[in-house]
Amino acid sequence: MCLGIPGRIVAITDETRKLATVDVAGVKREVNIACIIDGRALDDCVGDWVLIHVGFAMSRIDERQAQETLQILTELGEAQQEIAAMRASGRG
Amino acid sequence: MKYVDEFRDPEKAASLVAAITALAGPLAASRGRPLHIMEVCGGHTHTIFRYGISGMLPPEIELVHGPGCPVCVLPMGQVDDCVAIAETPGVILTTFGDAMRVPGSQKSLLQAKAEGTDVRMVYSPLDALALARDNPEREVVFFGLGFETTMPSTALTLLQAEAEAIRNFSLFCNHITIVPTIKAILDSPDLHLDGFLGPGHVSMVIGAAPYGFIAEHYHRPLVVAGFEPLDILHALWLVLTQLAEGRADIENQYGRIVPPDGNAAALDAITRVFELRPFFEWRGLGSIDHSGVRIREAYARFDAERKFALPSLRVADPQSCQCGEVLKGVIKPWQCKVFGTSCTPEAPLGALMVSSEGACAAYYQYGDLEGLRTQHAVGAA
Repeated sequence: MCLGIPGRIVAITDETRKLATVDVAGVKREVNIACIIDGRALDDCVGDWVLIHVGFAMSRIDERQAQETLQILTELGEAQQEIAAMRASGRG
Repeated sequence: MKYVDEFRDPEKAASLVAAITALAGPLAASRGRPLHIMEVCGGHTHTIFRYGISGMLPPEIELVHGPGCPVCVLPMGQVDDCVAIAETPGVILTTFGDAMRVPGSQKSLLQAKAEGTDVRMVYSPLDALALARDNPEREVVFFGLGFETTMPSTALTLLQAEAEAIRNFSLFCNHITIVPTIKAILDSPDLHLDGFLGPGHVSMVIGAAPYGFIAEHYHRPLVVAGFEPLDILHALWLVLTQLAEGRADIENQYGRIVPPDGNAAALDAITRVFELRPFFEWRGLGSIDHSGVRIREAYARFDAERKFALPSLRVADPQSCQCGEVLKGVIKPWQCKVFGTSCTPEAPLGALMVSSEGACAAYYQYGDLEGLRTQHAVGAA
């Protein structure tokens, strides 16, 4: 109920009720997309990656932000390796 | 799955644990005790147990499992009301699977169903509305619960019912809001917290601004976190970094899902349909001011509280249960008298044992209980 699952909008099915078909790891399901339209034409939402909670797309997954977070984690990992190497050499 | 596997990378996890361990030692030493960090959200509790995150962390960090599981904090009186609605002739009662097994004072919804009451599990409130469309001669009631994560879905379903002039659909509203409860926890005298992991999907709806008071007035860091193992570790590292630098800020680790201002369309739907109740009863925590919402007068015809005569009795939690102390982090689940004996996931006494997001069910399913008990016995000796 609270965790949500990522899926991709593949088609608009009902313009009035703001319903769309999403593909969740190969499973198709109709969901409401009212919360992620953000002033766009409905057809422009096709292709969006969204997080789905209880039959509603609740957030568009921000790919740039996801990459940035992963980049930070990669750099943190590299820094940790440096620190470990310094400690191991006894001059840290 | 999209941005799921990437956030489970073991190498990055090891680096984060090393960075956290390096910060935790001096911070705990200066306090003369371990750091207490609360994960507010039951979804986080679930991730922490599923991936054994507590076991990766140094002993200088204790994770305190917060009250953010809407099923777990549902008082028995509300379940009793729900059963009363379900047992009214002509009613189809619908709800999420998690809510079916929460014990009432007499029975759960699942037990009512076993007795022949028409209770149906739905994936979405929209499925409940479809049942109302297909069964015009029946009254379809949706038992709506959850924090701001699920509030917009209930609100939008109700607005859809209004747009279609569906008359045989109503909502038994048990939605709750987390911010007043965090404040109540911070005001609780028997609790000492150093910082918070903020709920990711509540924040996706409300944004980060409502947590401002935690930094400003209580001087505690809060980092909104995602639900993968790396998200939890990354957010913990950010909390510890703030503590080490003497800062208390509201930060957002979960930027890929949580916009700084939340979701305007979702907030609009919530505001149109719901208003704050003066107070709401939480299992284990008691009554908390302004912590629940109800349906506005304008949508009264969709309000099950007004459509049905409800017993609305306050039912005390079972005496043997120590859910409240677990929810506040005063004791660990396995220190409760009935944990794993008369209270198990198969036959729960307390709601914390019901949902997979409840701290007790998580400990029961994933915890090294013998190890914990031995460690505790040694520590107490």
